[in-house]
Amino acid sequence: MFTSFLIKYAEIGVKGKNRYVFEDALAKQIRTVLKRCEGEFRVPKTDGRILVYADTEFDYDEVVEALGTVFGISEICPMEEHEVGDIKEIGKKVISYVREQYPNPNFTFKINTRRAKKTYPLSSMEISAELGSYLLDEFEGLKVDVHDPEVAINVEIRDKLYIYSIKIPGLGGMPLGTNGKATLLLSGGIDSPVAGYMVSKRGVRLDAVYFHAPPYTSERAKQKVVDLAKEISKYTGPINLHVINFTEIQLYIYEQCPHDELTIIMRRYMMKIAEMIAKENDSLALITGESLGQVASQTIQSLGVTNEVCTLPVFRPLIGFDKQEIVNISEKIGTYETSILPFEDCCTIFVAKHPVTKPNLNVIKKHETALSEKIDEMMERAIKEDEVIFVSFENRQK
Amino acid sequence: MREIYLDNSATTRVMPEVAELMCNIMTGDYGNPSSMHLKGVEAERYLKNSREKLASILKVQEKEILFTSCGTESDNIALLGTARANMRRGKHLITTKIEHPAILNTMKQLEEEGFEVTYLGVDSYGVISLTELEEAIREDTILVSIMHINNEIGSVQPIAEAGALIKKKNPNTYFHVDAVQSFGKQKIYPKKMNIDMLSVSGHKIHGPKGIGFLYISDKVKIKPVMFGGGQQGGLRSGTENVPSIAGMALAAEYLYTNYEEDVLKLYLLKKKFIEEVTKIDGVSVNGVKVVPENTENSIEALAQYLASPHVISVSVKEVRSEVLLHSLEDKGIYVSAGSACSTHKRTPSATLVAIGLDKPLLESTVRFSLGIYNEEQDIDDAVKAMSEIIPMLKMYTRKR
Repeated sequence: MFTSFLIKYAEIGVKGKNRYVFEDALAKQIRTVLKRCEGEFRVPKTDGRILVYADTEFDYDEVVEALGTVFGISEICPMEEHEVGDIKEIGKKVISYVREQYPNPNFTFKINTRRAKKTYPLSSMEISAELGSYLLDEFEGLKVDVHDPEVAINVEIRDKLYIYSIKIPGLGGMPLGTNGKATLLLSGGIDSPVAGYMVSKRGVRLDAVYFHAPPYTSERAKQKVVDLAKEISKYTGPINLHVINFTEIQLYIYEQCPHDELTIIMRRYMMKIAEMIAKENDSLALITGESLGQVASQTIQSLGVTNEVCTLPVFRPLIGFDKQEIVNISEKIGTYETSILPFEDCCTIFVAKHPVTKPNLNVIKKHETALSEKIDEMMERAIKEDEVIFVSFENRQK
Repeated sequence: MREIYLDNSATTRVMPEVAELMCNIMTGDYGNPSSMHLKGVEAERYLKNSREKLASILKVQEKEILFTSCGTESDNIALLGTARANMRRGKHLITTKIEHPAILNTMKQLEEEGFEVTYLGVDSYGVISLTELEEAIREDTILVSIMHINNEIGSVQPIAEAGALIKKKNPNTYFHVDAVQSFGKQKIYPKKMNIDMLSVSGHKIHGPKGIGFLYISDKVKIKPVMFGGGQQGGLRSGTENVPSIAGMALAAEYLYTNYEEDVLKLYLLKKKFIEEVTKIDGVSVNGVKVVPENTENSIEALAQYLASPHVISVSVKEVRSEVLLHSLEDKGIYVSAGSACSTHKRTPSATLVAIGLDKPLLESTVRFSLGIYNEEQDIDDAVKAMSEIIPMLKMYTRKR
């Protein structure tokens, strides 16, 4: 029975002097997600590794699932824990371990021994050789292959004896908070939650901005965005969701500007507002779910025109993804079901039948001068009346 | 902000007396009516008492009241239970095009099981033609199901006339009436009106959600659709929801005690609302006729022109219904877009299509529905809000 987990991480290993920063961040997030699970856990850092010990009974599947939401983990190895005995006793434990984990023992293997308890009478090499021969005697289907084994059985001798061989892949990426914070433009669609997830995977904490347009979008549409933010916060940690009332600005653009440019001009003002909010909240970049060519406002020309209003870097992690690839990720991270809920979005009543697909920056800028009288004041008001919703997976209803 | 609730056809506020009674039953008299001990006997007494109240309102026998979990379940038992029990006599069913999805989708299920269904059309007021009904009834027609008051436009079907006609043409044909919107708003006497089955829901009459009942004449041959411990004569197994049953029965009793006064008040509110709201440019009301000036202020007189006392279907030219709904919501006024049951789908309302509403108005129709807690002030405020909102929304309609 597994009672502890060895947590392996990939990229942290190559970091230099500030390696501890990454390890601390990883251990911290592991402790956070373990609070979702029943039981008491310790997460010590020892010998350049992170371990998870269960001090009480726990639900194995629940813990593996929780660890599976932590960025920065490359592999999760469940370990068996026993008292340290003489080599024969260790041999018995290893044999019963193999019998339990591999009902059909037919593979090549090697034994890796780590002897942290230096008082143990045998050396690592000797222990490995000894245990190897016990296994060969016990199971006919096993063969040794020290270069490229199908199964590597790890034996560690510390205060206790640890045996592990199974590697459950983790999410990869970098620990949360090791790469600053960025602001995600979150809509109710499929793409933006995925974009937030992908950037956060590189260790970035998130804020989010949602543009609400009552009475053209409903309270339910807003709730849907809150739900999506909550779903990705399972991975990204808590999110401050800024809800901006965009109705006034949208209607003003609708009144003053050419109809086929409405969407592109709207996008420019959304980016402007998002950047102002990002700067106020120490975000270092913006994130959008744009994918090249997906809709009129995401052609290469349109992206150029929207990008022009920003000084912060704009991350578009989905830029080269096909829709189906994005859908696949959203299904994997669990946002798809919520994203496709059909709540009325009456913004579509403003959308032109044939919006511009190749906008020209100079033309757009010229048409925007029609907004100069009131737009600054409107943006200021929208930001001032910003409603901030703190969203955290850890605060969800149990 | 004052809350003005004008969505009483979606659901209603529970009467305080009902909530209090239910709370007492849930925390005090919480027994299982099937238990042999005193606690069970007490609980059973509530059931008996509730049956008595409902039976006396409808002037039917107590054993003809079957408790269910909602209007939808009542409709399902009525349709599936009788169709399956009588299929050897015939496989033809009749209903209308403007029924609630609880009927329409159950009929679809029966079509899959090999039944043939005739769907009656309606005129521009949402009323069926008795001639068409008569022509539709055949030798092998086993069931006619007609809703009493339509949930979207409030049209009232000639139930008594239909009942008489059905029995004249084919005495073996059962008559089911979906009275979810009419119970408490109309006097309904199944025996006199030739109704064999009648569906009612608790939460539309200021009772709790999750409860309803079905009146089934003891002459009806019916099969259960749910199986279990054999409660309610085996027709609807499952421990009876005693607190909700008692709550529903109490609410029904209140409604019919103050019937004349309350229903007349609703008609006068509806009349006033229609008169005022249609003064706004682009606003029209569906399924009603203009009330002549010297009409007497009585239920009977007003019903001729206004159909139901409580449902008002309002179309506003060039304004999307959801947008109007959310704008009213901003002012604390709660209404529905078409029918609350249709908000999850994008298809236009079948009822509005059936009455031949102009295509552009199909997505521009909202429903106001009144309840006994509404006062004249609510109507005045709602009309005032509409007159402010509509011109503003019209400035931003879709450019073509």
